[in-house]
Amino acid sequence: MSRIQPPGRPFDDPELCASRAELARALRTVLPAEAVLAREEEVRPYECDGLSVYRQTPLLVVLPRDVAEVQQVMRLCHQRRVPVVARGAGTGLSGGALPCGEGIVLSLARLDRILALDPEARLARIQPGVRNLAISEAAAAHGLYYAPDPSSQIACTIGGNVAENSGGVHCLKYGLTVHNVLALKLVSAAGELIELGGEALDGPGYDLLALYIGSEGMLGITVEVTVRLLPRPPLARALLAAFDDVGRAGAAVGEIIAAGILPAGLEMMDGPAIRAAEDFIGAGYPVEAAAILLCELDGTEAEVAAQVEAVETLLARAGATEVRVSRDEAERVRLWQGRKSAFPAVGRISPDYYCMDGTIPRRALPEVLCRTAELAAEHDLAVANVFHAGDGNLHPLILFDANRPGELERTEALGARLLELCVEVGGTITGEHGVGVEKLGQMCVQFSARELAQFHAVKSAFDPAGLLNPGKGVPTPRRCSEYRQLPSPAHPHRH
Amino acid sequence: MSQDLTAELCASVAAAIAAATPLCLRGGGTKDFLGRHCAGRPLALAGHRGILDHQPRELTLTARAGTPLCEIETALAEAGQCLPFEPPHFGPGATLGGTIACGLSGPARPHAGAARDLVLGARVLTGRGEVLRFGGAVMKNVAGYDIARLMTGAFGTLGILLDISLKVLPRPEAVRTLVLDCAGDEALARLRALARRALPLSASCHDGERLWLRLSGAERALGPAAAEIGGERVEPGRAEDFWDALVREQRHPFFTAPGAPLWRLSLPPHAPALALDAPQLIEWGGAQRWLRTVHPAEVVRAEAARLGGHATCFRGGEAMHSPFTPLSPPLLALHRNLKQAFDPHGILNPGRFHAEF
Ligand SMILES: Cc1cc2nc3c(=O)[nH]c(=O)nc-3n(C[C@H](O)[C@H](O)[C@H](O)COP(=O)(O)OP(=O)(O)OC[C@H]3O[C@@H](n4cnc5c(N)ncnc54)[C@H](O)[C@@H]3O)c2cc1C
Repeated sequence: MSRIQPPGRPFDDPELCASRAELARALRTVLPAEAVLAREEEVRPYECDGLSVYRQTPLLVVLPRDVAEVQQVMRLCHQRRVPVVARGAGTGLSGGALPCGEGIVLSLARLDRILALDPEARLARIQPGVRNLAISEAAAAHGLYYAPDPSSQIACTIGGNVAENSGGVHCLKYGLTVHNVLALKLVSAAGELIELGGEALDGPGYDLLALYIGSEGMLGITVEVTVRLLPRPPLARALLAAFDDVGRAGAAVGEIIAAGILPAGLEMMDGPAIRAAEDFIGAGYPVEAAAILLCELDGTEAEVAAQVEAVETLLARAGATEVRVSRDEAERVRLWQGRKSAFPAVGRISPDYYCMDGTIPRRALPEVLCRTAELAAEHDLAVANVFHAGDGNLHPLILFDANRPGELERTEALGARLLELCVEVGGTITGEHGVGVEKLGQMCVQFSARELAQFHAVKSAFDPAGLLNPGKGVPTPRRCSEYRQLPSPAHPHRH
Repeated sequence: MSQDLTAELCASVAAAIAAATPLCLRGGGTKDFLGRHCAGRPLALAGHRGILDHQPRELTLTARAGTPLCEIETALAEAGQCLPFEPPHFGPGATLGGTIACGLSGPARPHAGAARDLVLGARVLTGRGEVLRFGGAVMKNVAGYDIARLMTGAFGTLGILLDISLKVLPRPEAVRTLVLDCAGDEALARLRALARRALPLSASCHDGERLWLRLSGAERALGPAAAEIGGERVEPGRAEDFWDALVREQRHPFFTAPGAPLWRLSLPPHAPALALDAPQLIEWGGAQRWLRTVHPAEVVRAEAARLGGHATCFRGGEAMHSPFTPLSPPLLALHRNLKQAFDPHGILNPGRFHAEF
């Protein structure tokens, strides 16, 4: 996290204006005129994604309506060597959809149809611009749903989910995007339509589907996705456990998992996050607790009954000061409300917040939380912690005020230290938000120069000219040597 | 037994690059029947072995690739855990590396995930002679491309797996197997209906005469689920023998009877019955169909393609040019590019997977 980038040229730079006009003319030969946005006020909304500290206006924005138009745009850009950044809903949190000043943004927003929903086969074939939640809404009539449920599911698209391998609260039991996508169609950098996977459980050749998922728009443009739908479990119940010590809450998570119970969701919030959520939404959370665990158990009535009993006992034994169990659906929903609104709740108590995303082995949780608090104090900033405790995916929210000089820089420095801490304890710098432009520096901490070179070689196998989302995801060697020379912390390296 | 041969293996790869002699990677040699023969100097990997880290509470295990699968399963069992994808061994010497390189999964696959779903990370020795680490021993990781999963099922053509990190799971508290008399068509219809209900199903198989269903989970939950399904309860010893030995290890007479080659059809689970007249064994809720047939490859492949899947000549295809489904031109181009990216000298298992790389 440091926003060192080549300074972008202004939108009205004469040279840019000339190439914009020329490219717009060419694109309008393959797209309707209104599908090519070239005026500053039209492209301005595309200048950033959910990580708005990075901004860059693109040369142009295009809004194709179908696969053939996407192919034509790609062919044209390929011939002219124009960089292309794909964009779904722009909710990404790592600057993945940040435009390139000399390139176009290709929005998939108009490819927004559910092409087929087959309840017999439990499959949905959808266009990339379909919103995550819309899939489950369409499947609900058949008692089915799409399992990965990022908190942004009202807005984010399946194309963005595939690009980031997005997760959600239910991924502990039902897997990430990679576990729930069966097939997809992509348009390559050269404009070729390629199909990966299929409706069978495996395809011939290398597992390119697994390689492609999570590739942050750098290997292709996703134009169609086939997802697996699951039957809605007949019953779900939630437990809330309060702890007066964060370490004990962390240990309780290990107890539940070790006992062979696989909750549908297992989330944790620390004191500051609990209080912010309670102030915001009044879900009835115990505000004096140091941490709470939210545990959801689902399945048939008999399964859930057996698991609720076991988890209640485990939580009590692990030192919970209070355990509540939802008695009905309304209560279950209410228990989750605080967690679901944790980000906006934190947004209310602080002018700005910066959401981090690292994964650690769960056993390191007490240590990491303790060092997080120390580092926050060193940087004179406050941190609220909300996380997918079941799979060790942390989301420290750093509270800051961008209007106070130097505070954003301090926030970024703290964020960088927190990610490096994740690497130090054997984890990773990103669990689900992706590297984007944000974590290019930390990639140099997690990977050796040779590993990074191998990533570049994989990229070239798909996109030899380097036109798809250039400058994202994998740092150049130069970037790494610059990062390593930055003053501040001693950069640990895993090897 | 534990032994780190990283340095020796690096030296072998360096020598192979220098001499331009391809290497034929060998773990336990239990899966020689599958895929193509590769011309090259054998490189033994079974000596690079030992469990490096098992964290029962994290649900992770990291082991050197030459570690015998049995050793891993024993260690897991001692902690009440298992490999959720139930990999077949196909012989006593099966290693973890060979298992992951072949990407094979057993009866639990549709319910617990495939090998690739459970691979979290890998340390690999590429065809450039570089030791690289991708992924890790954590559940969620999107830093960099998912190369550990790419290596799964690549038949050693992209890199030599050195260490592998896997997600492991607790053994289910209880298991129960039911058997119902029914014909193949009816079994497919039943499996389709079952898939739409949230039942604790963990395996299914139609052996030609009967439909076998396995339920796993909390003891209390199995009774009601079993009542919903019906059928006859199979005594535990016999059930375990059926799933592990007869189905997973292919010791069922369907597999062992001499004669026609064994084909594996990977199909959409809801695909209707095959139009090919040949003995069949159905698994994975309909998604994996085994076939004993002397039909020419083109006929079997056309039928698999018609139903939306693909076909592999699993046993008895040694003489075939391509036991695996040939790749479409755009896919083949990507495969070649990737091979070039990991093994530019073409020294790792050339031709073992597909003739072209
Ligand atoms: C409040 C909030 C909560 C969030 N919670 C979660 C969470 O719980 N879990 C989680 O995993 N994430 C979460 N996110 C992050 C974000 O929503 C996800 O990363 C999401 O998948 C992004 O989807 P999008 O459609 O907005 O993609 P965008 O932001 O538009 O793009 C993201 C990346 O995908 C690429 N891309 C988009 N569409 C395509 C395509 N069709 N083809 C190729 N590349 C494409 C872009 O180039 C970019 O690199 C959250 C974000 C917010 C703002």
